[in-house]
Amino acid sequence: MGWLALAAAGLIATGFFLPGWLLNQMVFAFGRGLAVLGLVVLWRAGLVSLGGALYFGLGAYSVALLQKEAGLHDALVLILCAACISGVTGFILGFLLRRYRGIFFAMMNLAFSMILFGAAVKNRALGSTDGFGIALPSFFGSVLAEPAHAKLALFVMLVIVSYAAMYFVHAYSKSTLGWMATGIRDNEIRVEYLGYSVERAIHIKYTISAVLGGLGGAFLSMGLGQVDPDSMLNWVASGELLFVMILGGAGSVAAPFAASFFFELLRTYALELAPLAWQFIIGATLVLLIFFAPNGLLTIFSRRSRA
Amino acid sequence: MSKTFGTVTAADNLNVSVAPGEVVGIVGANGAGKTVFINMITGYEKPSAGKVLFEGRDITPLPPREIRRLGISRSFQVSQVFQSMKVFENLLIAVSIHRNCGRALLKNIRQPALIEVLEELLERFGLARDRERPAHELSQGARKLLDIAMACVGRPRVLMLDEPTSGISTEEKFEFMTRVMGALAREKATVLIVEHDMDIIQRFVSRVLAFAQGRIICDATPQEALRDPSVVQHVLGIGHAVA
Repeated sequence: MGWLALAAAGLIATGFFLPGWLLNQMVFAFGRGLAVLGLVVLWRAGLVSLGGALYFGLGAYSVALLQKEAGLHDALVLILCAACISGVTGFILGFLLRRYRGIFFAMMNLAFSMILFGAAVKNRALGSTDGFGIALPSFFGSVLAEPAHAKLALFVMLVIVSYAAMYFVHAYSKSTLGWMATGIRDNEIRVEYLGYSVERAIHIKYTISAVLGGLGGAFLSMGLGQVDPDSMLNWVASGELLFVMILGGAGSVAAPFAASFFFELLRTYALELAPLAWQFIIGATLVLLIFFAPNGLLTIFSRRSRA
Repeated sequence: MSKTFGTVTAADNLNVSVAPGEVVGIVGANGAGKTVFINMITGYEKPSAGKVLFEGRDITPLPPREIRRLGISRSFQVSQVFQSMKVFENLLIAVSIHRNCGRALLKNIRQPALIEVLEELLERFGLARDRERPAHELSQGARKLLDIAMACVGRPRVLMLDEPTSGISTEEKFEFMTRVMGALAREKATVLIVEHDMDIIQRFVSRVLAFAQGRIICDATPQEALRDPSVVQHVLGIGHAVA
Protein backbone atom coordinates (compact mmCIF):
# COMPACT_ATOMS: atom_id res chain seq x y z
CA MET A 1 0.00 0.00 0.00
CA GLY A 2 3.05 2.22 0.27
CA TRP A 3 3.25 2.85 -3.44
CA LEU A 4 -0.48 3.58 -3.51
CA ALA A 5 0.01 6.24 -0.84
CA LEU A 6 2.75 7.77 -2.99
CA ALA A 7 0.51 7.58 -6.04
CA ALA A 8 -2.30 9.29 -4.14
CA ALA A 9 0.03 12.05 -2.99
CA GLY A 10 1.30 12.44 -6.53
CA LEU A 11 -2.23 12.60 -7.85
CA ILE A 12 -3.18 15.31 -5.39
CA ALA A 13 -0.12 17.32 -6.36
CA THR A 14 -0.88 16.81 -10.06
CA GLY A 15 -4.44 17.94 -9.51
CA PHE A 16 -3.26 21.52 -9.05
CA PHE A 17 -2.00 21.56 -12.62
CA LEU A 18 -4.63 19.53 -14.44
CA PRO A 19 -6.99 21.26 -16.87
CA GLY A 20 -10.57 21.55 -15.68
CA TRP A 21 -12.01 18.92 -18.01
CA LEU A 22 -9.42 16.32 -16.92
CA LEU A 23 -10.02 17.10 -13.27
CA ASN A 24 -13.72 16.50 -13.88
CA GLN A 25 -12.93 13.16 -15.54
CA MET A 26 -10.83 12.19 -12.53
CA VAL A 27 -13.65 13.06 -10.12
CA PHE A 28 -16.12 11.01 -12.15
CA ALA A 29 -13.63 8.15 -12.44
CA PHE A 30 -12.76 7.99 -8.77
CA GLY A 31 -16.37 8.41 -7.70
CA ARG A 32 -17.32 5.47 -9.88
CA GLY A 33 -14.19 3.64 -8.76
CA LEU A 34 -15.34 3.76 -5.14
CA ALA A 35 -18.64 2.12 -6.07
CA VAL A 36 -16.84 -0.50 -8.16
CA LEU A 37 -14.51 -1.26 -5.25
CA GLY A 38 -17.64 -2.12 -3.30
CA LEU A 39 -18.75 -4.47 -6.06
CA VAL A 40 -15.32 -6.11 -6.05
CA VAL A 41 -15.71 -6.88 -2.31
CA LEU A 42 -18.79 -8.92 -3.27
CA TRP A 43 -17.24 -10.37 -6.41
CA ARG A 44 -14.36 -11.86 -4.43
CA ALA A 45 -16.98 -13.91 -2.57
CA GLY A 46 -18.45 -15.09 -5.85
CA LEU A 47 -21.39 -12.66 -5.72
CA VAL A 48 -22.20 -10.36 -8.62
CA SER A 49 -24.69 -7.55 -8.16
CA LEU A 50 -26.59 -6.28 -11.20
CA GLY A 51 -27.91 -3.41 -9.08
CA GLY A 52 -24.76 -1.48 -8.16
CA ALA A 53 -26.62 1.72 -8.98
CA LEU A 54 -28.88 1.14 -5.97
CA TYR A 55 -26.33 2.47 -3.47
CA PHE A 56 -24.53 4.62 -6.00
CA GLY A 57 -27.77 6.46 -6.73
CA LEU A 58 -28.82 6.43 -3.09
CA GLY A 59 -25.58 8.18 -2.14
CA ALA A 60 -26.03 10.72 -4.93
CA TYR A 61 -29.64 11.49 -4.08
CA SER A 62 -28.84 11.63 -0.36
CA VAL A 63 -26.37 14.44 -1.02
CA ALA A 64 -28.84 16.28 -3.23
CA LEU A 65 -31.74 16.00 -0.81
CA LEU A 66 -29.67 16.83 2.28
CA GLN A 67 -28.50 19.97 0.51
CA LYS A 68 -31.94 20.90 -0.77
CA GLU A 69 -34.11 19.97 2.20
CA ALA A 70 -31.80 20.06 5.22
CA GLY A 71 -29.54 22.90 4.10
CA LEU A 72 -26.36 20.89 4.61
CA HIS A 73 -23.49 22.08 2.44
CA ASP A 74 -20.28 20.79 3.99
CA ALA A 75 -18.67 18.15 1.78
CA LEU A 76 -17.45 15.98 4.66
CA VAL A 77 -20.84 16.04 6.38
CA LEU A 78 -22.60 15.21 3.11
CA ILE A 79 -20.41 12.25 2.25
CA LEU A 80 -20.58 10.87 5.78
CA CYS A 81 -24.37 11.15 5.75
CA ALA A 82 -24.54 9.54 2.29
CA ALA A 83 -22.28 6.70 3.46
CA CYS A 84 -24.41 6.16 6.58
CA ILE A 85 -27.69 6.20 4.66
CA SER A 86 -26.36 3.73 2.08
CA GLY A 87 -24.75 1.60 4.77
CA VAL A 88 -27.91 1.37 6.87
CA THR A 89 -29.98 0.58 3.77
CA GLY A 90 -27.50 -2.10 2.76
CA PHE A 91 -27.53 -3.53 6.28
CA ILE A 92 -31.32 -3.77 6.25
CA LEU A 93 -31.59 -5.23 2.74
CA GLY A 94 -28.70 -7.53 3.58
CA PHE A 95 -30.95 -9.60 5.87
CA LEU A 96 -32.90 -10.62 2.78
CA LEU A 97 -30.21 -10.67 0.12
CA ARG A 98 -27.71 -12.75 2.07
CA ARG A 99 -29.92 -15.78 1.49
CA TYR A 100 -29.51 -15.65 -2.26
CA ARG A 101 -26.74 -16.64 -4.60
CA GLY A 102 -25.92 -16.57 -8.27
CA ILE A 103 -28.44 -15.10 -10.65
CA PHE A 104 -31.00 -14.63 -7.86
CA PHE A 105 -28.64 -12.42 -5.88
CA ALA A 106 -27.77 -10.48 -9.02
CA MET A 107 -31.39 -9.93 -10.03
CA MET A 108 -32.67 -9.09 -6.55
CA ASN A 109 -30.18 -6.24 -6.41
CA LEU A 110 -31.26 -5.09 -9.84
CA ALA A 111 -34.87 -5.24 -8.72
CA PHE A 112 -34.25 -2.99 -5.73
CA SER A 113 -32.28 -0.52 -7.82
CA MET A 114 -35.13 -0.31 -10.34
CA ILE A 115 -37.63 0.21 -7.52
CA LEU A 116 -35.58 3.22 -6.43
CA PHE A 117 -35.31 4.34 -10.06
CA GLY A 118 -39.07 4.14 -10.43
CA ALA A 119 -39.60 6.09 -7.23
CA ALA A 120 -37.25 8.84 -8.41
CA VAL A 121 -38.80 9.04 -11.88
CA LYS A 122 -42.37 9.23 -10.61
CA ASN A 123 -41.70 11.67 -7.83
CA ARG A 124 -41.59 15.42 -8.52
CA ALA A 125 -39.95 16.09 -5.18
CA LEU A 126 -37.06 13.91 -6.37
CA GLY A 127 -36.83 15.76 -9.64
CA SER A 128 -38.61 13.16 -11.74
CA THR A 129 -36.78 12.28 -14.97
CA ASP A 130 -34.79 15.52 -15.04
CA GLY A 131 -33.41 15.31 -11.53
CA PHE A 132 -32.14 18.54 -10.04
CA GLY A 133 -28.99 20.52 -9.52
CA ILE A 134 -26.55 20.46 -6.65
CA ALA A 135 -24.45 23.42 -5.57
CA LEU A 136 -20.75 22.93 -5.07
CA PRO A 137 -20.19 22.08 -1.41
CA SER A 138 -18.26 23.98 1.21
CA PHE A 139 -15.18 22.52 2.88
CA PHE A 140 -14.79 22.62 6.65
CA GLY A 141 -16.98 25.70 6.85
CA SER A 142 -15.27 27.50 3.98
CA VAL A 143 -17.17 28.36 0.81
CA LEU A 144 -14.72 28.51 -2.07
CA ALA A 145 -15.80 31.31 -4.36
CA GLU A 146 -14.04 29.95 -7.43
CA PRO A 147 -15.75 26.83 -8.83
CA ALA A 148 -12.35 25.60 -10.00
CA HIS A 149 -11.00 25.77 -6.45
CA ALA A 150 -14.05 23.98 -5.13
CA LYS A 151 -13.61 21.23 -7.75
CA LEU A 152 -9.97 20.90 -6.79
CA ALA A 153 -10.84 20.66 -3.09
CA LEU A 154 -13.44 18.02 -3.93
CA PHE A 155 -10.86 16.12 -5.95
CA VAL A 156 -8.34 16.21 -3.08
CA MET A 157 -10.96 14.96 -0.65
CA LEU A 158 -11.99 12.24 -3.09
CA VAL A 159 -8.41 11.00 -3.53
CA ILE A 160 -7.93 10.86 0.24
CA VAL A 161 -11.21 9.01 0.76
CA SER A 162 -10.40 6.65 -2.12
CA TYR A 163 -7.01 5.85 -0.63
CA ALA A 164 -8.64 5.25 2.76
CA ALA A 165 -11.17 2.93 1.10
CA MET A 166 -8.43 1.02 -0.70
CA TYR A 167 -6.46 0.71 2.52
CA PHE A 168 -9.50 -0.59 4.36
CA VAL A 169 -10.43 -3.12 1.67
CA HIS A 170 -6.80 -4.26 1.40
CA ALA A 171 -6.53 -4.74 5.18
CA TYR A 172 -9.93 -6.42 5.21
CA SER A 173 -8.86 -8.83 2.49
CA LYS A 174 -5.91 -9.89 4.67
CA SER A 175 -8.18 -10.65 7.63
CA THR A 176 -10.02 -13.88 8.42
CA LEU A 177 -13.31 -12.31 7.28
CA GLY A 178 -11.62 -11.23 4.08
CA TRP A 179 -10.22 -14.70 3.46
CA MET A 180 -13.71 -16.07 3.94
CA ALA A 181 -14.59 -14.48 0.59
CA THR A 182 -12.49 -17.15 -1.13
CA GLY A 183 -13.84 -19.76 1.24
CA ILE A 184 -17.44 -18.83 0.46
CA ARG A 185 -16.71 -18.77 -3.26
CA ASP A 186 -15.05 -22.19 -3.15
CA ASN A 187 -17.07 -24.09 -0.60
CA GLU A 188 -19.82 -22.66 1.59
CA ILE A 189 -20.43 -26.01 3.30
CA ARG A 190 -16.89 -26.08 4.58
CA VAL A 191 -17.15 -22.53 5.96
CA GLU A 192 -20.26 -23.57 7.92
CA TYR A 193 -18.57 -26.71 9.17
CA LEU A 194 -15.60 -24.69 10.37
CA GLY A 195 -18.01 -22.84 12.64
CA TYR A 196 -18.86 -19.55 10.92
CA SER A 197 -22.11 -18.35 9.39
CA VAL A 198 -21.83 -17.86 5.64
CA GLU A 199 -24.85 -15.57 5.67
CA ARG A 200 -23.30 -13.35 8.32
CA ALA A 201 -20.05 -13.10 6.34
CA ILE A 202 -21.99 -12.15 3.21
CA HIS A 203 -24.06 -9.62 5.15
CA ILE A 204 -20.89 -7.88 6.32
CA LYS A 205 -19.51 -7.76 2.78
CA TYR A 206 -22.80 -6.49 1.44
CA THR A 207 -22.90 -3.65 3.96
CA ILE A 208 -19.31 -2.67 3.13
CA SER A 209 -20.25 -2.69 -0.55
CA ALA A 210 -23.26 -0.46 0.14
CA VAL A 211 -21.16 2.09 2.05
CA LEU A 212 -18.61 2.26 -0.75
CA GLY A 213 -21.35 2.56 -3.36
CA GLY A 214 -22.95 5.41 -1.44
CA LEU A 215 -19.63 7.22 -1.07
CA GLY A 216 -19.02 6.92 -4.79
CA GLY A 217 -22.43 8.27 -5.69
CA ALA A 218 -22.04 11.15 -3.24
CA PHE A 219 -18.77 12.29 -4.78
CA LEU A 220 -20.04 11.84 -8.32
CA SER A 221 -23.12 13.94 -7.70
CA MET A 222 -21.08 16.76 -6.13
CA GLY A 223 -18.63 16.59 -9.03
CA LEU A 224 -21.36 16.54 -11.64
CA GLY A 225 -23.38 19.22 -9.93
CA GLN A 226 -26.64 17.35 -10.40
CA VAL A 227 -28.52 14.13 -9.83
CA ASP A 228 -30.79 12.40 -12.26
CA PRO A 229 -32.21 8.88 -12.30
CA ASP A 230 -30.89 7.88 -15.70
CA SER A 231 -27.22 8.37 -14.95
CA MET A 232 -27.33 7.25 -11.34
CA LEU A 233 -30.13 4.77 -10.72
CA ASN A 234 -30.97 3.17 -14.04
CA TRP A 235 -29.93 -0.35 -14.92
CA VAL A 236 -27.58 1.20 -17.48
CA ALA A 237 -25.71 2.87 -14.61
CA SER A 238 -25.48 -0.54 -12.92
CA GLY A 239 -24.22 -1.97 -16.18
CA GLU A 240 -21.47 0.63 -16.39
CA LEU A 241 -20.32 -0.21 -12.88
CA LEU A 242 -20.25 -3.87 -13.81
CA PHE A 243 -18.35 -3.08 -17.00
CA VAL A 244 -15.69 -1.21 -15.02
CA MET A 245 -15.53 -4.04 -12.47
CA ILE A 246 -14.79 -6.57 -15.20
CA LEU A 247 -12.38 -4.15 -16.85
CA GLY A 248 -10.39 -3.84 -13.64
CA GLY A 249 -10.67 -7.37 -12.32
CA ALA A 250 -10.75 -8.42 -8.68
CA GLY A 251 -7.04 -8.78 -8.07
CA SER A 252 -6.08 -5.32 -6.86
CA VAL A 253 -7.77 -2.61 -4.81
CA ALA A 254 -6.39 0.00 -7.21
CA ALA A 255 -7.87 -1.73 -10.26
CA PRO A 256 -11.41 -0.26 -9.94
CA PHE A 257 -9.98 3.27 -10.01
CA ALA A 258 -7.59 2.61 -12.88
CA ALA A 259 -10.33 0.85 -14.84
CA SER A 260 -12.84 3.60 -14.11
CA PHE A 261 -10.44 6.25 -15.38
CA PHE A 262 -9.77 4.17 -18.49
CA PHE A 263 -13.51 3.84 -18.99
CA GLU A 264 -14.06 7.60 -18.66
CA LEU A 265 -11.36 8.32 -21.22
CA LEU A 266 -12.61 5.57 -23.51
CA ARG A 267 -16.16 6.87 -23.41
CA THR A 268 -15.09 10.49 -23.87
CA TYR A 269 -12.96 9.75 -26.93
CA ALA A 270 -15.40 7.20 -28.33
CA LEU A 271 -18.15 9.83 -28.17
CA GLU A 272 -15.87 12.35 -29.82
CA LEU A 273 -14.57 10.07 -32.55
CA ALA A 274 -17.70 8.07 -33.29
CA PRO A 275 -20.77 9.76 -31.82
CA LEU A 276 -23.11 7.35 -33.56
CA ALA A 277 -21.17 4.22 -32.69
CA TRP A 278 -19.56 4.88 -29.33
CA GLN A 279 -21.40 1.99 -27.64
CA PHE A 280 -19.90 -0.32 -30.28
CA ILE A 281 -16.42 0.85 -29.31
CA ILE A 282 -17.16 0.28 -25.60
CA GLY A 283 -18.53 -3.20 -26.29
CA ALA A 284 -15.67 -4.16 -28.59
CA THR A 285 -13.19 -3.03 -25.95
CA LEU A 286 -14.84 -5.28 -23.38
CA VAL A 287 -14.75 -8.26 -25.76
CA LEU A 288 -11.06 -7.71 -26.50
CA LEU A 289 -10.31 -7.38 -22.82
CA ILE A 290 -12.06 -10.63 -21.99
CA PHE A 291 -9.98 -12.36 -24.65
CA PHE A 292 -6.60 -10.88 -23.81
CA ALA A 293 -6.84 -9.87 -20.16
CA PRO A 294 -9.67 -11.86 -18.55
CA ASN A 295 -8.35 -11.11 -15.06
CA GLY A 296 -8.45 -7.36 -15.62
CA LEU A 297 -6.62 -4.47 -17.20
CA LEU A 298 -3.76 -4.30 -14.72
CA THR A 299 -2.77 -7.90 -15.45
CA ILE A 300 -1.52 -6.72 -18.85
CA PHE A 301 1.14 -4.71 -17.03
CA SER A 302 2.02 -7.44 -14.56
CA ARG A 303 2.46 -9.92 -17.42
CA ARG A 304 4.73 -7.48 -19.25
CA SER A 305 6.89 -6.87 -16.17
CA ARG A 306 7.19 -10.65 -15.64
CA ALA A 307 8.24 -11.10 -19.28
CA MET B 1 -34.23 -40.49 15.21
CA SER B 2 -36.07 -41.02 11.96
CA LYS B 3 -35.69 -39.35 8.60
CA THR B 4 -37.95 -39.57 5.60
CA PHE B 5 -37.60 -38.03 2.16
CA GLY B 6 -41.09 -38.09 0.76
CA THR B 7 -42.12 -41.76 0.82
CA VAL B 8 -38.55 -43.00 1.33
CA THR B 9 -37.47 -43.81 4.88
CA ALA B 10 -33.75 -43.12 5.07
CA ALA B 11 -33.48 -43.59 8.83
CA ASP B 12 -35.96 -45.58 10.89
CA ASN B 13 -36.07 -45.20 14.65
CA LEU B 14 -32.33 -45.02 15.23
CA ASN B 15 -31.47 -45.11 18.90
CA VAL B 16 -27.75 -45.01 19.67
CA SER B 17 -25.56 -43.94 22.58
CA VAL B 18 -21.84 -43.46 22.18
CA ALA B 19 -19.54 -43.11 25.18
CA PRO B 20 -16.63 -40.65 25.27
CA GLY B 21 -13.47 -41.99 23.75
CA GLU B 22 -15.09 -44.82 21.79
CA VAL B 23 -13.99 -45.57 18.24
CA VAL B 24 -17.10 -46.77 16.44
CA GLY B 25 -17.35 -48.17 12.95
CA ILE B 26 -20.52 -47.57 10.95
CA VAL B 27 -21.03 -50.11 8.18
CA GLY B 28 -23.75 -50.83 5.69
CA ALA B 29 -24.50 -51.14 2.03
CA ASN B 30 -25.00 -48.07 -0.15
CA GLY B 31 -28.25 -46.35 0.78
CA ALA B 32 -28.42 -48.02 4.19
CA GLY B 33 -28.63 -44.67 5.99
CA LYS B 34 -25.07 -44.19 7.26
CA THR B 35 -24.43 -40.74 5.83
CA VAL B 36 -27.97 -39.60 6.69
CA PHE B 37 -27.18 -40.64 10.27
CA ILE B 38 -24.04 -38.50 10.30
CA ASN B 39 -25.80 -35.63 8.56
CA MET B 40 -28.48 -35.58 11.26
CA ILE B 41 -25.96 -35.54 14.08
CA THR B 42 -23.90 -32.75 12.52
CA GLY B 43 -26.92 -30.63 11.65
CA TYR B 44 -26.67 -30.88 7.89
CA GLU B 45 -30.13 -32.45 7.92
CA LYS B 46 -32.83 -32.31 10.56
CA PRO B 47 -34.50 -35.55 11.65
CA SER B 48 -38.17 -35.95 10.77
CA ALA B 49 -38.64 -37.30 14.28
CA GLY B 50 -36.49 -37.70 17.35
CA LYS B 51 -33.55 -35.73 18.67
CA VAL B 52 -29.81 -35.64 19.00
CA LEU B 53 -28.50 -35.28 22.54
CA PHE B 54 -24.91 -34.24 23.20
CA GLU B 55 -23.84 -34.40 26.84
CA GLY B 56 -27.49 -34.17 27.81
CA ARG B 57 -28.23 -31.14 25.61
CA ASP B 58 -30.66 -31.31 22.70
CA ILE B 59 -28.68 -30.07 19.72
CA THR B 60 -31.24 -31.05 17.08
CA PRO B 61 -32.35 -27.53 16.12
CA LEU B 62 -28.82 -26.13 15.94
CA PRO B 63 -27.20 -25.28 12.59
CA PRO B 64 -23.96 -27.07 11.61
CA ARG B 65 -21.74 -24.15 12.61
CA GLU B 66 -23.06 -24.13 16.18
CA ILE B 67 -22.79 -27.89 16.47
CA ARG B 68 -19.20 -27.54 15.28
CA ARG B 69 -18.55 -24.95 17.97
CA LEU B 70 -19.83 -27.41 20.57
CA GLY B 71 -17.10 -29.81 19.52
CA ILE B 72 -18.74 -32.13 17.00
CA SER B 73 -16.80 -32.17 13.75
CA ARG B 74 -16.79 -34.20 10.58
CA SER B 75 -14.98 -34.97 7.40
CA PHE B 76 -16.84 -35.70 4.20
CA GLN B 77 -17.17 -38.56 1.78
CA VAL B 78 -16.23 -36.10 -0.97
CA SER B 79 -13.54 -33.89 0.55
CA GLN B 80 -14.81 -30.41 1.31
CA VAL B 81 -11.79 -28.13 1.09
CA PHE B 82 -11.14 -24.71 -0.43
CA GLN B 83 -9.90 -25.77 -3.83
CA SER B 84 -8.26 -22.54 -4.93
CA MET B 85 -6.43 -22.06 -1.62
CA LYS B 86 -3.12 -23.67 -0.77
CA VAL B 87 -2.96 -26.42 1.84
CA PHE B 88 -1.60 -24.15 4.57
CA GLU B 89 -4.19 -21.48 3.69
CA ASN B 90 -6.97 -24.04 4.12
CA LEU B 91 -5.69 -24.90 7.57
CA LEU B 92 -4.94 -21.31 8.48
CA ILE B 93 -8.48 -20.17 7.85
CA ALA B 94 -9.78 -23.19 9.77
CA VAL B 95 -7.56 -22.43 12.75
CA SER B 96 -8.41 -18.72 12.67
CA ILE B 97 -12.18 -19.26 12.55
CA HIS B 98 -11.87 -21.60 15.51
CA ARG B 99 -9.61 -19.34 17.57
CA ASN B 100 -11.05 -15.92 16.75
CA CYS B 101 -14.47 -14.37 16.96
CA GLY B 102 -16.04 -10.93 16.72
CA ARG B 103 -13.61 -8.12 15.91
CA ALA B 104 -10.64 -10.48 16.09
CA LEU B 105 -11.79 -11.80 12.70
CA LEU B 106 -10.86 -8.40 11.23
CA LYS B 107 -7.21 -8.74 12.26
CA ASN B 108 -4.57 -9.94 9.82
CA ILE B 109 -4.98 -13.69 9.57
CA ARG B 110 -1.25 -14.40 9.54
CA GLN B 111 -0.80 -14.35 13.29
CA PRO B 112 2.21 -16.22 14.74
CA ALA B 113 0.07 -18.12 17.25
CA LEU B 114 -2.18 -19.44 14.48
CA ILE B 115 0.71 -20.35 12.22
CA GLU B 116 2.29 -22.32 15.05
CA VAL B 117 -0.90 -24.39 15.36
CA LEU B 118 -1.19 -25.01 11.63
CA GLU B 119 2.47 -26.04 11.34
CA GLU B 120 1.81 -28.69 13.96
CA LEU B 121 -1.24 -29.90 12.02
CA LEU B 122 0.74 -30.03 8.77
CA GLU B 123 3.39 -32.19 10.42
CA ARG B 124 0.92 -34.45 12.21
CA PHE B 125 -1.08 -35.19 9.08
CA GLY B 126 1.91 -35.50 6.79
CA LEU B 127 0.93 -32.46 4.73
CA ALA B 128 4.02 -30.34 5.31
CA ARG B 129 5.60 -31.02 1.92
CA ASP B 130 2.30 -30.05 0.18
CA ARG B 131 1.81 -26.85 2.19
CA GLU B 132 2.27 -24.52 -0.80
CA ARG B 133 0.18 -26.53 -3.23
CA PRO B 134 -3.35 -25.47 -4.11
CA ALA B 135 -5.86 -27.99 -2.81
CA HIS B 136 -7.15 -28.73 -6.32
CA GLU B 137 -3.70 -30.08 -7.27
CA LEU B 138 -3.57 -32.59 -4.41
CA SER B 139 -3.97 -36.30 -4.81
CA GLN B 140 -7.20 -37.84 -3.54
CA GLY B 141 -5.45 -39.13 -0.42
CA ALA B 142 -3.82 -35.80 0.39
CA ARG B 143 -7.12 -34.00 -0.08
CA LYS B 144 -8.79 -36.45 2.31
CA LEU B 145 -6.02 -35.85 4.84
CA LEU B 146 -6.53 -32.09 4.48
CA ASP B 147 -10.28 -32.50 4.96
CA ILE B 148 -9.72 -34.54 8.13
CA ALA B 149 -7.03 -32.15 9.39
CA MET B 150 -9.47 -29.24 9.00
CA ALA B 151 -12.08 -31.24 10.89
CA CYS B 152 -9.57 -31.78 13.70
CA VAL B 153 -8.90 -28.08 14.24
CA GLY B 154 -9.85 -27.10 17.75
CA ARG B 155 -9.58 -30.59 19.28
CA PRO B 156 -13.18 -31.69 18.65
CA ARG B 157 -14.72 -34.00 21.19
CA VAL B 158 -16.59 -36.00 18.58
CA LEU B 159 -15.12 -36.59 15.15
CA MET B 160 -17.11 -38.25 12.40
CA LEU B 161 -15.20 -39.53 9.39
CA ASP B 162 -17.45 -40.24 6.41
CA GLU B 163 -15.79 -42.90 4.25
CA PRO B 164 -12.27 -41.61 4.79
CA THR B 165 -10.75 -44.19 2.44
CA SER B 166 -13.16 -43.79 -0.46
CA GLY B 167 -11.24 -43.07 -3.64
CA ILE B 168 -7.99 -44.36 -2.16
CA SER B 169 -6.42 -47.43 -3.68
CA THR B 170 -6.69 -50.73 -1.81
CA GLU B 171 -2.91 -50.90 -1.42
CA GLU B 172 -2.76 -47.46 0.25
CA LYS B 173 -5.84 -47.72 2.49
CA PHE B 174 -4.13 -49.25 5.53
CA GLU B 175 -1.21 -46.86 5.43
CA PHE B 176 -3.67 -44.00 5.04
CA MET B 177 -5.83 -45.07 7.99
CA THR B 178 -2.77 -45.76 10.14
CA ARG B 179 -1.64 -42.20 9.50
CA VAL B 180 -5.12 -40.81 10.20
CA MET B 181 -5.66 -42.76 13.40
CA GLY B 182 -2.13 -41.95 14.54
CA ALA B 183 -2.77 -38.26 13.96
CA LEU B 184 -6.08 -38.55 15.83
CA ALA B 185 -4.57 -40.37 18.79
CA ARG B 186 -3.65 -37.18 20.61
CA GLU B 187 -7.15 -35.73 20.06
CA LYS B 188 -8.63 -38.22 22.52
CA ALA B 189 -11.90 -37.69 20.70
CA THR B 190 -14.83 -39.98 20.25
CA VAL B 191 -14.51 -41.16 16.65
CA LEU B 192 -17.20 -42.52 14.37
CA ILE B 193 -15.97 -43.93 11.07
CA VAL B 194 -18.26 -44.75 8.18
CA GLU B 195 -16.49 -47.39 6.17
CA HIS B 196 -17.15 -50.10 3.62
CA ASP B 197 -13.90 -51.97 4.06
CA MET B 198 -14.37 -54.55 6.83
CA ASP B 199 -10.62 -55.11 7.16
CA ILE B 200 -10.24 -51.43 8.07
CA ILE B 201 -13.12 -51.79 10.54
CA GLN B 202 -11.59 -54.84 12.19
CA ARG B 203 -8.26 -53.15 12.65
CA PHE B 204 -9.23 -49.70 13.83
CA VAL B 205 -12.56 -49.77 15.69
CA SER B 206 -13.76 -51.31 18.94
CA ARG B 207 -17.48 -51.27 18.19
CA VAL B 208 -19.57 -51.67 15.04
CA LEU B 209 -22.98 -50.28 14.16
CA ALA B 210 -24.31 -52.10 11.12
CA PHE B 211 -26.99 -50.33 9.09
CA ALA B 212 -29.48 -51.79 6.64
CA GLN B 213 -32.51 -50.08 5.13
CA GLY B 214 -32.32 -47.20 7.58
CA ARG B 215 -32.14 -49.36 10.69
CA ILE B 216 -29.34 -50.49 12.96
CA ILE B 217 -29.31 -54.26 12.62
CA CYS B 218 -26.29 -54.95 14.80
CA ASP B 219 -24.40 -53.18 17.58
CA ALA B 220 -21.42 -55.29 18.64
CA THR B 221 -17.67 -55.74 18.52
CA PRO B 222 -16.18 -56.15 15.03
CA GLN B 223 -15.68 -59.88 15.51
CA GLU B 224 -19.24 -60.41 16.71
CA ALA B 225 -20.65 -58.22 13.95
CA LEU B 226 -18.83 -60.15 11.24
CA ARG B 227 -20.46 -63.35 12.51
CA ASP B 228 -23.95 -61.89 12.85
CA PRO B 229 -26.22 -63.51 10.23
CA SER B 230 -28.09 -60.28 9.43
CA VAL B 231 -24.81 -58.41 8.95
CA VAL B 232 -23.53 -61.18 6.72
CA GLN B 233 -26.71 -61.02 4.67
CA HIS B 234 -27.35 -57.28 4.42
CA VAL B 235 -23.90 -55.74 4.70
CA LEU B 236 -21.25 -58.25 3.72
CA GLY B 237 -23.22 -60.21 1.18
CA ILE B 238 -23.88 -63.92 1.30
CA GLY B 239 -20.73 -65.94 0.86
CA HIS B 240 -18.41 -63.39 2.54
CA ALA B 241 -15.54 -65.28 4.15
CA VAL B 242 -14.97 -64.26 7.78
CA ALA B 243 -11.35 -64.43 8.97
